[in-house]
Amino acid sequence: MSVPAIAIRKLVKRFGESTVLQDIELEIPEGKVSCLIGPSGSGKSTLLRCLAFLEEPTSGMITINGEALGFFEDANGRRERLPANQIRAVRTKTGMVFQQFNLWPHMTALGNVSEALKLVRKVPKAEAEERAMVQLRKVGLENRAGHYPSQLSGGQQQRVAIARALALEPKIMLFDEPTSALDPELTGEVLNVMRDLASEGMTMVVVTHEIGFAASVGQQISFLDHGRLLFSGPPAEIFAKPRHPRLEQFLDTYLDRGASMLA
Amino acid sequence: MTPKLFTLLLEAALSTLGISLISIAIGFVIAMLLSAAMLTGKSIYVLPARLFISFFRGVPLLVQLLLIYTLLPVIGINVPGIVAAIVGLSLCTAAYQAENLRGGFASVPPGLIEAADVAGFTGAQTFIRIRAPIALRLTFPALVNEAIMILKSSSLVSVVGIIEITKMAQDLASSTYQPIPIFASAALIYFIINSAIALLGRYAERSLKGASA
Repeated sequence: MSVPAIAIRKLVKRFGESTVLQDIELEIPEGKVSCLIGPSGSGKSTLLRCLAFLEEPTSGMITINGEALGFFEDANGRRERLPANQIRAVRTKTGMVFQQFNLWPHMTALGNVSEALKLVRKVPKAEAEERAMVQLRKVGLENRAGHYPSQLSGGQQQRVAIARALALEPKIMLFDEPTSALDPELTGEVLNVMRDLASEGMTMVVVTHEIGFAASVGQQISFLDHGRLLFSGPPAEIFAKPRHPRLEQFLDTYLDRGASMLA
Repeated sequence: MTPKLFTLLLEAALSTLGISLISIAIGFVIAMLLSAAMLTGKSIYVLPARLFISFFRGVPLLVQLLLIYTLLPVIGINVPGIVAAIVGLSLCTAAYQAENLRGGFASVPPGLIEAADVAGFTGAQTFIRIRAPIALRLTFPALVNEAIMILKSSSLVSVVGIIEITKMAQDLASSTYQPIPIFASAALIYFIINSAIALLGRYAERSLKGASA
């Protein structure tokens, strides 16, 4: 097998005294959908934020397509922070979608999607907007290009945010609970866009409470609890016979809520 | 009160308006630089910025103007009164505008900055394209208010030899013995200019809102 899209080695993240992530070892294969599940406070969002370098790991190392993210750590554990421009370059290999959308309110949908092309990739305005329109079309919002975020529904805002993340043509897409801030009837449109992306072979890491989505689209499911990665494997293995008591208990609460489509 | 006297007041109003608007604009640029310095969180930038702001907010503008006017020649820079006036007003309003902007910058949701970070923006790009426009929208009414305050405070620049509305009115009042119509006219001119600024401000605020409500 080739280099994994993301490799996480001995990742530790502490906030002051509390350890949020403990010795995480995980490889995310290229072209697969990898879902991070676990109870609130399990560290799954922190792990994703480390992959986007929004949180700096306390120790350990992350590589994106074989390139070190943020820090380089040699075999002796000596750690060196990489220069800012190198960090930015590795960062733009990933696109990130946030729970709260985080669209820039003073820019239209088209402005949000084209901004990074203009600023970071130095693409001329006309071409940047043309390429942004392609992404908006992909998420079904080309007719909302001139709308400001406040004029869009939550589901539409999140689709614009996905188009914005896709604009830089990342190799990997990171999703941090992309549907948690949405009304239930709006989650479908966002999940459909994500399904389309997955079927195109995009490498995706998805922190989610949508166990149904994880079971049907996920190809690798990782279960975190109290900052530890308790289990990682294909969905069939995890959902069909969850042997780990904590995982079983976690899944049971979802089954109790009728969120099951696992059978 | 003859038309001739009123015309003299209007001419003086031009220097009030010119000095004030130039100072507000320069002050705005300095205030943005101060904000950027404070947002770095690095004490070598933050401390001088804080010191600047507390000094220019804490010392009366009149004293600042006299200091600049008398200090600069001592260190070998001979400046005409108008430059001293603009420097003094600019530095003073920069401190107040920076204070107004501070709340705006603090209110920019961190998620919007993270979205810029993951897209690979540099710190400067994030400041110019994301932080500053949002902070400006949030603090715009306070900045218009500050512009009006500076226009009124510009009456103090007469101490460095500038003839603006207030100084002209004083001179005319003492030479014509008609203080009441002259000071009333001066008040009217200030009132009209500031009403226009307030009106323009509200108009600008509305169009900014339209772009982000």
